[in-house]
Amino acid sequence: MDDTIAAISTALGVGAISIIRVSGKDAIKIVNKIFKGKNLNEVDSHTINYGHIVDNNEIIDEVLVSVMRSPKTFTCEDVVEINTHGGIAITNKVLELLLLNGSRLALPGEFTKRAFLNGRIDLIEAEGVMDLINSKTEKSRKLAINQVNGEVSKLIKNLRQDIIEILANIEVNIDYPEYEDIEEVTNQKILNSVSDIEIKIKNILSKSIDGKIIKEGIKTIIIGSPNVGKSSILNRLINEEKAIVTDIAGTTRDIVEGNITIDGIILNIIDTAGIRKTDNYVESLGVKKSLELIDEADLILYVLNNNEELSKEEKYILNKIKNKNHIIIINKTDLDNRLDLNIFNDYVKLSIKNDTGIDELKNKIKDMFNLEKIEKEDFTYLSSARSISLLKKSLDSLESVKEGINKNMPVDMVEIDLKQVWNTLGEIIGETYSDELIDQLFSQFCLGK
Amino acid sequence: MYEVIVVGGGHAGCEASLATARIGHKTLLITGNIKNIADMPCNPSIGGSAKGIVVREIDALGGEMGRNADKSLLQIKMLNSAKGPAVRALRAQADKITYPKEMLKTLENTDNLEIKEALVEDLIIEDSKVKGVTLENGEKIFSNIVILTTGTYLKADILVGDTRRREGPHGEKPSNHLSDKLKEYGFNIIRLKTGTPQRIEKSSIDFSKTKLELGDDRYWTFSFDNEVHYKIEEQVPCHLIYTQPETHKIIQENLNKSSMYGGLSDIKGVGPRYCPSIEDKIVRFKDKERHQLFLEPESLYYDDIYIQGFSTSMPKDIQEKMVHSLPGLENAIINKYAYAIEYDAIDAKQLKQSLETKIIENLFTAGQINGTSGYEEAACQGLIAGINASLKLEGKEPLILKRNEAYIGVLIDDLVTKGIIDPYRLLTSRAEYRLLLRHDNADMRLRKYGYDVGLISEEKYKKFLNKKASVIMLTDYLNTHKITPTKEINEYLKTLNISELKDSITLYNLLKRSEVKIDDLDRFIDGKYESDVKEQVEINIKYEGYIKKEIEEANKMVDLDNKKIPDDIDYDKIHNLASEAKQKLKQIRPTSIGQALRISGVNPTDISLIMVYIKKEYFYESK
Repeated sequence: MDDTIAAISTALGVGAISIIRVSGKDAIKIVNKIFKGKNLNEVDSHTINYGHIVDNNEIIDEVLVSVMRSPKTFTCEDVVEINTHGGIAITNKVLELLLLNGSRLALPGEFTKRAFLNGRIDLIEAEGVMDLINSKTEKSRKLAINQVNGEVSKLIKNLRQDIIEILANIEVNIDYPEYEDIEEVTNQKILNSVSDIEIKIKNILSKSIDGKIIKEGIKTIIIGSPNVGKSSILNRLINEEKAIVTDIAGTTRDIVEGNITIDGIILNIIDTAGIRKTDNYVESLGVKKSLELIDEADLILYVLNNNEELSKEEKYILNKIKNKNHIIIINKTDLDNRLDLNIFNDYVKLSIKNDTGIDELKNKIKDMFNLEKIEKEDFTYLSSARSISLLKKSLDSLESVKEGINKNMPVDMVEIDLKQVWNTLGEIIGETYSDELIDQLFSQFCLGK
Repeated sequence: MYEVIVVGGGHAGCEASLATARIGHKTLLITGNIKNIADMPCNPSIGGSAKGIVVREIDALGGEMGRNADKSLLQIKMLNSAKGPAVRALRAQADKITYPKEMLKTLENTDNLEIKEALVEDLIIEDSKVKGVTLENGEKIFSNIVILTTGTYLKADILVGDTRRREGPHGEKPSNHLSDKLKEYGFNIIRLKTGTPQRIEKSSIDFSKTKLELGDDRYWTFSFDNEVHYKIEEQVPCHLIYTQPETHKIIQENLNKSSMYGGLSDIKGVGPRYCPSIEDKIVRFKDKERHQLFLEPESLYYDDIYIQGFSTSMPKDIQEKMVHSLPGLENAIINKYAYAIEYDAIDAKQLKQSLETKIIENLFTAGQINGTSGYEEAACQGLIAGINASLKLEGKEPLILKRNEAYIGVLIDDLVTKGIIDPYRLLTSRAEYRLLLRHDNADMRLRKYGYDVGLISEEKYKKFLNKKASVIMLTDYLNTHKITPTKEINEYLKTLNISELKDSITLYNLLKRSEVKIDDLDRFIDGKYESDVKEQVEINIKYEGYIKKEIEEANKMVDLDNKKIPDDIDYDKIHNLASEAKQKLKQIRPTSIGQALRISGVNPTDISLIMVYIKKEYFYESK
């Protein structure tokens, strides 16, 4: 906790005032570097100071800066809060400047974590962020169980039971190798069970994702090179559907631009203005961030310019999104066609200028999420992002199991990944590693000296 | 006046007294009977899955068991040789006469070590510090440190059918008062039980009705010294048989006569799950038509055959019927009947990770008294207790092996953190990172510790460092040398059933292919490397991905283990701790956050509270 962290601490809506919070031992020094006004190093604690945020000599925004010195602050560290005039571009610009001047982007919940670790907030307040304390405590039993509905928890328990029986059998083969009358688990046997387990996990996963969509909306990002018309498409969608300024708190990294409802389904559009390149440092930061966003998004709207050939960077992004839910939007069809459309399987042609293609885009989104089907389902599935990512992680480990089998690895190596699947599924329902495996071993097999 | 007194001459006691004496501390080993030093009262074997790796670890640290087993082998094989390197382990039949004889010889030839025959009935304690022991005859012997390795001899009861006799495995007098004294001093005493099968006169068995089980046809040694004392062709075989329907019928009909099923009404001891008696197996696994039994030779010097898998506490007449129902044993003569033994042990949660007791300073305990079962489990604790006793005498920090460093670390951490209900046996499944804890790399993991405490000689350490350097050199060589797909090379690879090359490839990446063995690459490598060096390199490269994964996982644990909990923490002052967690934390007093997390009943929420409390109370920086 020696470094200084910064993040946009308000959920951003168009035109709202935004607060950027900076915490850590260099918080005041860092903000002072980009602040034109009083010398913040010398102002009293708990004061609000008027001035401007500047980039070299260029004024970025007119701001109010609150300076709060340790320990009477939320995190018990020096804290500075910058009130900007909102607007995503400006707020992001200020954040970028802070990052360039020595702070680091805060992880989700990191302010709360610091507050907790510094003894600023008590348990009851902190319980909500317990899962962020560290990887081990993330397994917080109660929290996990509360997130999981009884039915799905039963499904996962059954899955784990299937797995632990295989594990126990492998363990017995290892620990009691001289017992010939115990069935030997081979890679082939594991492979058979793995396909079965995979189908079951995928089933839970797809229903869970649907459930999350109903509850929270489709996390949608619009990406594309500068000037391809991202904002116009966004504005067009928002105007059409009367954007609601969001009050759903995203994590500090996600800046939710607004919600759009299409036939009752919410799209949470996430701004990617921060991806814009200004110089090398920010470029690397921007690429990293956009890749992160791609990973997290339920839907990617990738906008290309009909009037330009595909750039190297665009090709790279196309490759990145190919296995994700995505829609390719060919914008500016009112201009001459210079983009080779033959390389795409599917796309939506659109022209903001001529007002064509928007309906087609909306239909495509509806088809993609099969919304009629979802509404009829009974939603008893995992709906937290944490559980879903753990499910995905367990699928990854299953992939590794298969890979190991293909490479002809010994059964006890393959088992490492299978055990990981079992542990990860356990994390979802809040069951941490214990002596379960050994208990299983002794109840399932007859051994002795 | 001695620096160290070791009470008990079993496997733990031998290792403990050898360690302290070799490090240079004047040591007295007290045993009830010199004839029973390093005795093997149960099965005639050393090693086995996980246990075999422990023997290697003992050897890497400078203990005696590996070398001593090598001197007394009747048969040896590598278990799980068809599986991955992580789970391979040696198992040997060891001669029950030679093993103790060789160990006694070593003890007698060790400087700083005296042996005395006597029964210890009390400890001398002043201000919660141990000062020595009191013998049965009232004689007092003083020392700075006492290590208790009393095995099953605390209030031992031998149970056969409806009889209970207060005696040890060979009919010797057990220690009747020591466990009461320990109770008075504040130790929780638990009652455990284990059993052993019959010994049969070899000449009365018809081996034609059995299946032959031979040793491996290559040489193995437990010790990294690699001194071979046996001939492959002279190994003694074991034999396999199965229980018969008749056997099961006899047991079912006489179940109420077994000590454990009604024969005795006052059984308190909890038996081991991994080693149930034959009546347990038949009751618990009704559907199983037959059970495997191994006939194992005990020694070249007498004719007893041990029936592995047939332990029971039935009365003698029923045992006769049971044994005679087995194929080849129709006319068998029973030299020694099976029995169960009940004994006192202390609750290992009252120990520190160093094996020093929390209640009495300078008192260490090791082996079966701590609730474990097995010669290897006992020996490794004895070694660690001996090492830590020495370090304590020298005012140094104890040697605490982590769970990712050694099975010994797993065992001790399990004991002191989780405590036990039934006798504890080491299993590979107890280790989270077993790919790191291999048979082949025990020296890589532990030899330095052995050297640092003074149990590994300069000469041996140099040899080890050379091996380590060769491993690095060879790895580097493979990484920096490529071969190109010439016709000649592809033809050579074809003779080895290795698919042909299309592009040039480093030897390192070639070795990653499942069909390629490191010996296949000999012709591409400059210089000659020892087979143990090649083995290390091959395993490291072939399983690199898996090893990396385990190291990553292990590092997470190490991080948590490095977050220390201050010795004087007062759990009553931490608000909101769950009461179950508080009670366990107060009892176990974990030394690190990692250890605290492994205590059942302590939840992550409790851990967070402890972390905040520590931060506030102990590291509240100058604000």
